[in-house]
Amino acid sequence: MDYDVLIIGGGVTGTAIAYELAKTDLNVALIEKEEDVCEGTTKANSAIVHAGFDAKPGTLKAKLNVEGAKLMPELAKLLDFDYKNNGALVLCFDEEHRPGVVELYERGLANGVEGLQILEKEQVKALEPNVSDEVVCALYAPTSSIVCPFGLTYAFAENAADNGVQFIFNEPVETIEKIDGGWKVNDKYTTKTIVNAAGVYADGIHNDVCPEKIQIIPRRGEYTLLDRSTGNMCSHTLFQLPTKAGKGVLITPTVHGNIMIGPNAQEVENKENTNTTPEGQAEIRQKALKTIPNIPFNKTIRTFSGLRATPANGDFVIAESADGFFDAAGIESPGLSSAPAIGKMVAGMIEEKLKPGKRENYKADRKGFVNVKKLSKEEWEKLIEKDPDYGTIVCRCETVTAGSIKDALTRSVPAVSLDGIKRRTRAGMGRCQSGFCAPRSMAIMSEVMNIPMEEIRLSNQKSKLITGKVKEDLKHGN
Amino acid sequence: METRELICINCPMGCNLTVQIEEGEVVSVTGNTCPRGKTYGISEVTHPVRMVTSIIPVENGEIPMVSCKTAVPVDKNKMFEIIEALAKVSVKAPVHIGDVVLADAAQTGVDVIATKEVAASSL
Amino acid sequence: METKQLVIIGGGPAGLAAAVAAKKAGLDDILILERDTQLGGILNQCIHNGFGLHTFKEELTGPEYAQRFIDQVEELGIPYELNSMVLNISKDKAIEYVNKDEGVKDIQADAIILAMGCRERPAGALSIPGYRPAGVYSAGTAQKLVNIDGYMPGKEVVILGSGDIGLIMARRMTFEGAHVHTVAELMPFSGGLKRNIVQCLQDFDIPLELSHTVTNIKGKERVESITIAEVDENRKPIPGTEVEYPCDTLLLSCGLIPENELSQEAGVELSKITNGPVVNESLETNIEGIFACGNVLHVHDLVDFVSQEAAKAGEKAAKYVLEGLAESTNEIPIETGGLVRYTVPFTVDPERMDDNQVVRFRVGNVLKGGFVNVYVDDERKIHRKKMIMAPGEMEDIILKKEWITPNTKCIRVETEEA
Repeated sequence: MDYDVLIIGGGVTGTAIAYELAKTDLNVALIEKEEDVCEGTTKANSAIVHAGFDAKPGTLKAKLNVEGAKLMPELAKLLDFDYKNNGALVLCFDEEHRPGVVELYERGLANGVEGLQILEKEQVKALEPNVSDEVVCALYAPTSSIVCPFGLTYAFAENAADNGVQFIFNEPVETIEKIDGGWKVNDKYTTKTIVNAAGVYADGIHNDVCPEKIQIIPRRGEYTLLDRSTGNMCSHTLFQLPTKAGKGVLITPTVHGNIMIGPNAQEVENKENTNTTPEGQAEIRQKALKTIPNIPFNKTIRTFSGLRATPANGDFVIAESADGFFDAAGIESPGLSSAPAIGKMVAGMIEEKLKPGKRENYKADRKGFVNVKKLSKEEWEKLIEKDPDYGTIVCRCETVTAGSIKDALTRSVPAVSLDGIKRRTRAGMGRCQSGFCAPRSMAIMSEVMNIPMEEIRLSNQKSKLITGKVKEDLKHGN
Repeated sequence: METRELICINCPMGCNLTVQIEEGEVVSVTGNTCPRGKTYGISEVTHPVRMVTSIIPVENGEIPMVSCKTAVPVDKNKMFEIIEALAKVSVKAPVHIGDVVLADAAQTGVDVIATKEVAASSL
Repeated sequence: METKQLVIIGGGPAGLAAAVAAKKAGLDDILILERDTQLGGILNQCIHNGFGLHTFKEELTGPEYAQRFIDQVEELGIPYELNSMVLNISKDKAIEYVNKDEGVKDIQADAIILAMGCRERPAGALSIPGYRPAGVYSAGTAQKLVNIDGYMPGKEVVILGSGDIGLIMARRMTFEGAHVHTVAELMPFSGGLKRNIVQCLQDFDIPLELSHTVTNIKGKERVESITIAEVDENRKPIPGTEVEYPCDTLLLSCGLIPENELSQEAGVELSKITNGPVVNESLETNIEGIFACGNVLHVHDLVDFVSQEAAKAGEKAAKYVLEGLAESTNEIPIETGGLVRYTVPFTVDPERMDDNQVVRFRVGNVLKGGFVNVYVDDERKIHRKKMIMAPGEMEDIILKKEWITPNTKCIRVETEEA
């Protein structure tokens, strides 16, 4: 057998499982259809570590959310990704809906969420002065947090790679075949066990192998991201109380100081439909104004959408669905919050089956990318002395240096695209949206990756940024 | 009699000019608000000229490309021929503003000259 | 901490002209901080001609125009540092910057001139529906790739926005081998120069579609098509008017935003209309000794006016350091009326103003055959007929010192319809 475990999918779920399995002496590989991790649902979501009051008690969602959220602070220190405990408010705008707040509160208690309180209007306004005067009361969840979903995923992936997990990119899973003592994938990789963490595609993978079918419905959520200059609009994550009229949208700060608004929910036919729509944008903007009137939408720096991998049965599908075939499917919200716990749960199931030992020379930690804005002057000076590239600012909006970009290109799971650099280092994430830094980052990529500019891509092999040299294509008749 | 419709480029008014031509001679310009419009209309119809600006590669330069222009405006119909001719041109650093990078471009009698200083690479 | 009498932030056309003027006004201890690898700023990538007619009485290309000022900076021996990014300006005029040779450095300046220029409004800010594939570039980014690096960002191109950079890039892309399908403009008029509409679009049979916008970007990896639709008077797309252009590239030329994040952190007050600092007659911001000029102050149409304005800022900054500006007695606000959106300066002080004070302004809509009026209190001092005024063009008037008295309450610049 080539591998003990082959994980399908390099999102936060797949990498979390890889991270946990890397602690064992199992021979693990992760196979991904794109050329980097963090390319699907993981790259476009609300970036929230939910407190855990939302899911129905007794579900996997409820259990794993609360467990995952508890693991997050320690993980953030160990693996060095951006995480902030900012607390959340679920806002109620109509006295008639107050019972809904109480219900959430009680559900939270049942799920084991700590610190929940119901706040009255004045208390809410004291915490968040910009919240609409229409607010009646709110559920306060102090343990709710925000996280960089990219940072979390790269941290899992790099640590796993550092500890021997092999990453296979550009390899969509086409066939899975049962063989003696395991499985054969794409007619070339043999493995004792498979983990299905294929996001919106997990149903196809599962249904190829298991008699009992599952269905994953892609549900699109659209977002609007505002410039950092709006960052003081609110400090807590602001949910709207779900009512018969709908779930509402959230307004939240991000760990990098932007304000994010969204998502709506729309079932889509195609699992690649991550486009934005005028209707979707209008919907989230209009709904958000209920929470905070006068949102400066002219400070928008990006609109985007992501797909939820919604399981038809409503709960996460985590089980050994066939002998040696483990599902981690239907991981929609609170999937990001649950990821550390899902990693532990799935790894536990596999360890139960394969009875591995511990990895020798296990490296427990991982260093994040240098954010010079977080360094003291002395620390930064020292760094520049050691590596002058840390004194060259490439992205001026987010103060990202050439040093960090080169670092991203040379890690154990390296960036191979402009988006990969952006999500790792934040170059191009700011208010000019890479207008200034893109050509500069591309030049660095060309140099470090030793490929011509024409090979530099935005996100994958088909997204080349340059079509050729000037005058190559002259075709004028006269 | 031939009639040409033009937009005057002298100011934001952008007057819609009508130029009437007979046997290659302009007989009237109408639609202009000021005398500059008439002058423009006549020259644009009888002998339209344009500056051509582009870039060419620099060998051994501290930057990879140098900008260039026709020394004077050229016949509008020659623009693409000049660009095509420039496709085969490269220069060696150092380059100075005014250096001829392509003499008598596309047989126009006009030189293409560099418009930027490029020092030789220090490497 | 190292000290400098004057630090100029930005080595583009504004910073260079300000430095030269300050030096000529007798100030020696000057430093220009430039973040790029060369002086000249955005002019380096503006390789087309049409610069400098006012200043040098000849038509130069961007790099040539820049070189005229770079030469003066070199001849006058004005120090500058390249690859140096300013991180911080305090209201006490301490500047923190970084580069790879010196690390993180602090300088205490007596005066600062803000000359950071502007940036393009990015695709993200436009909330265009559809995907986010490769092939969507702001026009200036494409200009850098083509003119500086020698690479083509695409072959089949649609352009949104008819600002001058968009028009210029239509011609540049065409010259270098691309096919530009169309230029869509949201407004019922183009902000670009007539000359550019004729010589960059008409010469190549590229249509200009006014009152049109992009309603969809197709293609998940690389742009596959761009859909353009007509808009109504509220700038909303009209259903049924969509036309889909198969192409691989969308260039955006949808406005410029003065880059004032540093100014803001220093506590410089900004105008909501210009997005630039609110300045007085000396081009001084609300913080004493911090001046501003060029596109960081308000977006200009011609670089000649940038140079003129910057020279004034340099001169005033030098005066501020060497002898101090006259004591301010009465900051008279300049009010706007009619189609006038803003003026620069925003206020004038009778003790400090020039004998012939230049006041620049822009209008918000096209006005043909109207007038510019200037009132000092209730008295009309200027009543000038203008064949045309347009949002794309900067206008100016000269305010005479002799009109202003210590008791003047208000100055008003307005347009009047014919």
